[in-house]
Amino acid sequence: MTTETLTLGKALNAGLRKAMENDPKVLVMGEDVGKLGGVFRVTDGLQKDFGEERVIDTPLAESGIVGTAIGLALRGYRPVVEIQFDGFVFPAADQIITQLAKMRMRSLGALSLPVVVRIPCGGGIGAVEHHSESPEAYFTHTAGLRVVACSNPSDAYTMIQQSIASPDPVIFFEPKRRYWDKAPVDVSAAPESWTPLHRARVVQQGDDVTVLAYGPMVKTCLEAAAAAAEEGRSLEVIDLRSLNPLDIDAVVASVERTGRCVVVHEAPVFSGYGAELAARITERCFYRLEAPVLRVGGFSTPYPPSRLEDHYLPDLDRVLDAVDRTFAW
Amino acid sequence: MAIDSARGAPDVHELDDPELIQLLTPEGERVEHPDYPLELTPDEVRGLYRDLVIVRRIDREAVALTRQGELGLWASLLGQEAAQIGSGRALGEHDMAFPTYREHGVAWCRDVDPLKLLGLFRGVNNGGWDPAEHNFHLYTIVIGSQTLHATGYAMGVQRDGVLGTPNAGATIAYFGDGATSQGDVNESFVFASVFNAPIVFFCQNNQWAISEPLEKQSRIPLYRRAQGYGFPGLRVDGNDVFACLAVTRKALEAARTGQGPTLIEAYTYRMGAHTTTDDPTRYRLKAEEEAWKLKDPIERVKAYLVRNDLADNAFFEEIEAEAKQVAADLRKGCLAMPDPGPMDMFAHVYAEAHPLMTEEQEQFAAYLASFKEVSS
Repeated sequence: MTTETLTLGKALNAGLRKAMENDPKVLVMGEDVGKLGGVFRVTDGLQKDFGEERVIDTPLAESGIVGTAIGLALRGYRPVVEIQFDGFVFPAADQIITQLAKMRMRSLGALSLPVVVRIPCGGGIGAVEHHSESPEAYFTHTAGLRVVACSNPSDAYTMIQQSIASPDPVIFFEPKRRYWDKAPVDVSAAPESWTPLHRARVVQQGDDVTVLAYGPMVKTCLEAAAAAAEEGRSLEVIDLRSLNPLDIDAVVASVERTGRCVVVHEAPVFSGYGAELAARITERCFYRLEAPVLRVGGFSTPYPPSRLEDHYLPDLDRVLDAVDRTFAW
Repeated sequence: MAIDSARGAPDVHELDDPELIQLLTPEGERVEHPDYPLELTPDEVRGLYRDLVIVRRIDREAVALTRQGELGLWASLLGQEAAQIGSGRALGEHDMAFPTYREHGVAWCRDVDPLKLLGLFRGVNNGGWDPAEHNFHLYTIVIGSQTLHATGYAMGVQRDGVLGTPNAGATIAYFGDGATSQGDVNESFVFASVFNAPIVFFCQNNQWAISEPLEKQSRIPLYRRAQGYGFPGLRVDGNDVFACLAVTRKALEAARTGQGPTLIEAYTYRMGAHTTTDDPTRYRLKAEEEAWKLKDPIERVKAYLVRNDLADNAFFEEIEAEAKQVAADLRKGCLAMPDPGPMDMFAHVYAEAHPLMTEEQEQFAAYLASFKEVSS
């Protein structure tokens, strides 16, 4: 076993590099992904090693980036597109939703679009407007896309490679405030031994309450679980990893056991991904629930100026507050 | 307050623009152009005439099928036959075309069975052919989206390293005058330009984007926009099949040999409605249509054939009969086209298993089956 301690950003870089080594059709494209290595340095060094034809600094036009990636995929390439920040994906939303997601059905299965759209997401880095958003629900609502979110270096390394290998388009969310988190990554494990892309993972076992999270909130929930343990309360934390498809069986298995569930995400609660989770858990676990599924997330406001983001973003205390409330029933 | 939006605007039409490339006048007279020599054998001219007549007949039949309730909608190509056949016949084996939803003439040139074009308009599928089989992509409905796909595809051809070899293929992107206002079209110009992609942008300026005339899209002739992006732009008589063929051939060859993109503005006219649900009498004058009738793309080829003794009555009758047969086959095929089954909507959403969708599919199948149990 070869283990390297990598930041989440470096793990993505290593995963991209591996995918490019394994398949000459894999391309990386986006704004500043070449010489600069991306604003978060996720593509650092790739252009130097794989050339400008495979690591493409594109014009500053998100729709153009995704639209031309679709064309490249039609020609047999596997483009990995970087959207520089979550709030900049919207100019590309048309190409993603009306073209990327629907081409396979439109062609009666003749065409596959193995395109990965990487989106650094979420807040917590003190950024200006449009740099801290969580747009996942727009994409989980779109049939034809697969939507995943990594939360740690090890998953970042494997999930990016699995997403590139997928014949379906994948929207790949990266928790930008966790880019610098370090952890050991087994870079020698055979892909067959990796957790499948669309499988959830129990990252903290517990008996009292199931806490569901993905991306940046997994760490927050693990911290909440540690704090709760000190008070004698046992939280089971599940990292969903894949939002569409959702590993509902893993969720149900846990909630059936605990009878309580709290869903945590940074995106606004109203019509957020947590609403889908709450509805499905209610349908599947109705007689086992001791309390309604509670949601912790952003408010029904635009993402606030960064001096306020600590109030907006779910933190350990807000997660524990919701956990406490599940015992009020 | 009235705003004089046209103040200071140059004429977007410039009908007498000396840069309009024409090789065949509306009266059927051949004219030479120093940059576009074109040698066509009598058979080739007759072949073009056949194409033009047949695609117009296909179009007419599809309009009729819509009127009779067999199609939900049809986007007629009437008036644009020369632009489509000229450019379509310029395409080589390795070239790839990205159409809008009106390129029935180009589809004909790419050997797509006309019946397959009807699936989308009848509502049985969203695109019924394999693009790779014909080097003709699926119809794209969102205006301008396909120009980016075409540009990306051309960037792929570039990366394949085939340019300048016999396997080189150019990409051609079709779009209309309205599409030139879309961000995607402008972004495709930028990408194609900076990457020097092997692509031809073929704009059929048919003067109308549903009800909006060209003045609502541009203050300058469309072909001149290319200059701002850094590649050549030219305007061709879009009702002149010879000129469209010659101009597209040259632009495709430039692309195949690594000389980058070209914008062709085929100056033509949408003789019919935008689609069968549209009513042009609400926004344009009959006199304008009458004026364009005199520039008909088929009549001028017929006049040329007659004038040069290249075809006799028997030939024209033979083509009419063939067109009639194509239309009859199309009608027959349309009426026989089966509706998809309710489960078909789940069939091609994902390439790999998607458990949640599969669960819905199974539940829906069980729900449908429950009616059968009740009725039996």
